Amino acid sequence: MPIKLPFRPRGGEFPPDLWTRCPSCGDMLYNKQLEKNLRVCPKCGHHFRLRVDARLAHLLDEGSFEERDADLESVDPLAFVDQKPYPERLAAAKVTTGLRDAALWGTGRIAGQRVALCVMDFAFMGGSMGSVVGEKVTRAAEHALDERIPLIVVSASGGARMQEGTLALMQLAKTCAAIARLAEEGVPYVSVMTDPTTGGVFASYAALGDVNLAEPNALIGFAGARVAAGTIAESLPPGFQRAEFLLEHGFVDQVVPRHELRDRLALLLGYLRPAEERVGARAAAGDGVSGLGGFNPLGFLAGGGERETGRG
Amino acid sequence: MADAPTAPGAATLDARAHAWERVRHARDVKRPHTLELLRLMATDVVELHGDRLFRDDPAIVAGFARLDGRPIVFVGQQKGAETEENIRRNFGMPHPEGYRKGMRLFALAERLGIPVVTFVDTPGAFPGPASEERGVAESIARSIAMLTRLRVPVVVVITGEGGSGGALALAAGDVVIALENAIYSVISPEGCASILWRTADAAQEAAVAMRLTAGEQVALGIVDEVVPEPGAGAQDDPAETARRLKPAIVAQLDRLAGFEIDELLDARYARYRAMGAFATAQPTGAPRPERPGIAERLRTLFEIGRITLGGPEPAPLRPQAADETDEPPLREEI
Repeated sequence: MPIKLPFRPRGGEFPPDLWTRCPSCGDMLYNKQLEKNLRVCPKCGHHFRLRVDARLAHLLDEGSFEERDADLESVDPLAFVDQKPYPERLAAAKVTTGLRDAALWGTGRIAGQRVALCVMDFAFMGGSMGSVVGEKVTRAAEHALDERIPLIVVSASGGARMQEGTLALMQLAKTCAAIARLAEEGVPYVSVMTDPTTGGVFASYAALGDVNLAEPNALIGFAGARVAAGTIAESLPPGFQRAEFLLEHGFVDQVVPRHELRDRLALLLGYLRPAEERVGARAAAGDGVSGLGGFNPLGFLAGGGERETGRG
Repeated sequence: MADAPTAPGAATLDARAHAWERVRHARDVKRPHTLELLRLMATDVVELHGDRLFRDDPAIVAGFARLDGRPIVFVGQQKGAETEENIRRNFGMPHPEGYRKGMRLFALAERLGIPVVTFVDTPGAFPGPASEERGVAESIARSIAMLTRLRVPVVVVITGEGGSGGALALAAGDVVIALENAIYSVISPEGCASILWRTADAAQEAAVAMRLTAGEQVALGIVDEVVPEPGAGAQDDPAETARRLKPAIVAQLDRLAGFEIDELLDARYARYRAMGAFATAQPTGAPRPERPGIAERLRTLFEIGRITLGGPEPAPLRPQAADETDEPPLREEI
């Protein structure tokens, strides 16, 4: 079989490693310029998907990110085989993305305000949530509770990872439980939904933010549009399951263009202060940190003891 | 793998037949559903209707009942026994208002200090536009979150189909009981097959791969107890099924009543906290290369070459950069 090296697979006017066509307005965009513009089309404002490192670089103060639990890796608890064994799919995703799984978490600062941040990357197996993603979101939430700092989760996911079966489904329960405890303890949580946020991720932590933000035109929905259309055998309304649709129906607080996201988060974080910190700051007359450390009656709940159980 | 099937994705006939029989039983229209089971095993059943926000969802039933005199709040999906009722019940596929009715009842149970028993039997939450418009995902997430922190005991019974998030919305509790032929899965076997095998015909294979039978769910630690069904299945003898199920629920209610509520909540949190399987990577080697190596870049080139030569994959509609990320490398998503 002759091998054809496709240096210029389509006529070659725009080498694909240098140019990208905007799927929305059809313009050819110079890749370097696109990256510089946070992968937003300068002509029509189409938001391309953002990789996790670019997202972190954009949102957080320079050099403030400290990744945690970077060593977590998926295993194959069901010995799942479809057309390709699950471990092979994982290995391929690792090679193409340079990531261990579809989410990273750590601590950092946004305009000087300390947060626990978890960011998903759609490039790793469609951002699907298996045990590792669920664990990272949960650890981020538990850490936010421990340290009493706001939690931010930036979602990009097709849903639960089928290859982990009901163990993937249980990540919905695990993450919802951790988020529910945050709410109980007065630690705020901002959910940022990017294209796409669907299925089990939308039906768990992504929907539960004290404030829900979304990027323009991001696909956000429970069931795939094909499933929805097939089930009801009728055409779907225009803009169905897009960020603006959710804003209109009351499930998203704001649709925020990527360029404004960092400032909007910083603005919100000024209001979203963990309840006790506010009280502590008043009581300790400006010395909020020591006031915090002195009074944390429920701290044991978020202690290392329970986290150990997750490793079993 | 020691137990690998002969060809990729081809489960053995035995395994397929076994798993698929469970799926067929779990979906049998003659199978007793939530209200039938309650009629057979409970007394003083009072159904309550409506979410106080939009409407009453007939796909979820909720209310009060007594099991051997003990009061419970029940919430469960309800399928119909024949076509007309099934259409009215939307084949047990709840809209968001169904889950919000459930949450209304959970809150009431907490205020009254009455334990909750949920009955899970749904192909999944309804995926249509009306359901999306009213926030079905939000209602599921909130229902799960609420159950994980509810300050009364929660006993979950999977009676038939445990279909994905729409099932889990009622299935986060202190203990999970399943009937012998119940199934529990992250997506329907047909849905899984059409995504991973590209054809719904591979549903039987998917059913095996997902380990969706009650017995396998026990092995995974997701179901705690399986109640055997009479004859060929619950549909053969609903009365006997209820007779076997009732003592299992009552025993769990009595056991859970012995705990302080904070103790119970910690145990409930720990139960879901421990679910999932992952490893900690070896710190050796360079796990995250900054740039793809030469071999990887060549492989990418060959891959594109294969596509331009008219391989089985459809050609991309636009030029693809080596680091193009806007198309998923695989189609894993649900």
